[in-house]
Amino acid sequence: MLEKKLMKGNEALVYGALIAGCRYYFGYPITPQNEVTELMSVRMPEVGGVFVQAESEVAAINMVYGASAAGGRVMTTTSSPGFSLMQEGVSYLATAMLPCVIANVQRGGPGLGNIAGSQADYFQATKGGGHGDYHLIVLAPASPQEMLDHTILGFELTDKYRTPVLLLSDGVIGQMMENVEIPDYKPDIKPKEWALTGCKDRKKNVIRSLWLDEPKMEAVNIKLQEVYKEICENEVRYEEFMLEDALVVVVAYGISSRVSRSIVNDLRKEGYKVGMLRPITLYPYPYKKLKDLVNSGVKGMISVEMSAGQMIEDVKLGVECKIPVEFYGKMGGVLLDENELRQKILDLYRRAVK
Amino acid sequence: MRTVVFDKPKSITNLPMHYCPGCGHSVVHRLICEVIDELNVREETIGIAPVGCAVLAYDYWNFDVSEAAHGRAAAVATGIKRVHPDKLVICYQGDGDLASIGMGETIHAANRGENFTVIFINNANYGMTGGQLAPTTMIGQKTTTSYEGRKPEVHGYPIRMAELIATLDAPVFVARTTVADFKNILTTKSLIKKAFQLQLKKAGYTFIEILSNCNTNWKMSPVEANKFIMQEMVKTFPLGVFKGE
Repeated sequence: MLEKKLMKGNEALVYGALIAGCRYYFGYPITPQNEVTELMSVRMPEVGGVFVQAESEVAAINMVYGASAAGGRVMTTTSSPGFSLMQEGVSYLATAMLPCVIANVQRGGPGLGNIAGSQADYFQATKGGGHGDYHLIVLAPASPQEMLDHTILGFELTDKYRTPVLLLSDGVIGQMMENVEIPDYKPDIKPKEWALTGCKDRKKNVIRSLWLDEPKMEAVNIKLQEVYKEICENEVRYEEFMLEDALVVVVAYGISSRVSRSIVNDLRKEGYKVGMLRPITLYPYPYKKLKDLVNSGVKGMISVEMSAGQMIEDVKLGVECKIPVEFYGKMGGVLLDENELRQKILDLYRRAVK
Repeated sequence: MRTVVFDKPKSITNLPMHYCPGCGHSVVHRLICEVIDELNVREETIGIAPVGCAVLAYDYWNFDVSEAAHGRAAAVATGIKRVHPDKLVICYQGDGDLASIGMGETIHAANRGENFTVIFINNANYGMTGGQLAPTTMIGQKTTTSYEGRKPEVHGYPIRMAELIATLDAPVFVARTTVADFKNILTTKSLIKKAFQLQLKKAGYTFIEILSNCNTNWKMSPVEANKFIMQEMVKTFPLGVFKGE
């Protein structure tokens, strides 16, 4: 039987990183992700790894850039304002195709905001964030277990595609304690021929994102877009919950999917044909699954988020405006209200299902 | 029979350099490469190219190189060195990069005692962007953003980086030199060699500031610009070893 431990989501992330063979961590303190930085400072030296408390998030992401360029399996974690500070570095990492895992344990905003959980960084995570035409692979854990599992998956994907992976978590998932199963996993880390290791018996390697010659910069862009296309074809992940014969579908990720799941469950017991689609990858997004749901007879959808309504734009793209798409959410770190959400689903159900 | 008495270092490529004629960058590039050859560590060296005139250093250096975001070279070098503690890591930066936008990364890498060498080119202005005021611009010096010359009451004072770094506990070797004349070019080479040797012995953080001319933006001939360094610039930025021996 696999080992099970009661732990916070933030602790589970550290377990996942160490199991995945991550041996370099650079971070700067920010709530609500401090458990990661603190635990890393203890655990990294124990496994022969490196922990550096950077002087800022700007420095942290650039240390990640250096360690990744040198071929190390590396990560950093932060929360919303800190992730904003990292955006320039993230754009460089994406352009230089340097693998790494970054976790954003989101908090209420905008501005300095607060330290409660939030999902208001969806646009920043999935539509760019930094400058230029790039994407990150974005995973959305919805439990401490997934904080661990997605960290391992993140390291596999980032090495496979040489695209940075972002775990878009939130303060609630980071702070909640649940039983977490520790998998029996052995990382398969392949040598990186492109890495900076000293040019012994080979030509020199150069890591760069500057291409003054426009056609060369265009060629780098074309290469990146080819990688993103491959990612969109192969790596879309989602969970289906009670979707068979559903007439109204809730679309929710992360903490919002936890609240939505219990409401959908209750309404099913009362005889309402409702279900939930939980995107696990926010980039690539399950647009095709949404379209399929429309074709299979779904009459309406509700995007449920702890934001002013950001993912709803992708839900609308997915359903191609063929059915009504509504929104329910809370801003500024306020938790979703179960009664309000239930009422919202019922209102749409009555209007859409005649 | 012919004997080679002077040759291009193996650590330098055959590409023509883009630097202005007389610029100190190409001299310092060559000195670094001569020392790497003499220590026989070309295959064990990783360089970091900054944002600024030396951004294309990776084209001229014949060893592994990473470019860094503006000001972040010391953070990138930290990441590289922590993965490869046995390699020679060289962080090459100019004054805008190191002393302005990258001051935080510079001071903290020095303060952690990161075991790499920083080569700091001080030419008292932002060279690549056309000669704007730098943190090292001298009092009275005219730049494109201080047309009437640097005024303390408006722009503050030039920052002396070598002296500043030398106040920290961790750095083991901190010096200021110049490539404005032959004698000092030889001194510069010996200081670079000393810093690299200390790094290879894992002694700790080493910092070499090099006064270098920017004759184009200073609107002087290369000869006048080098004279200016020896007669004027050294008054603000005295040469010498500030920490270590």
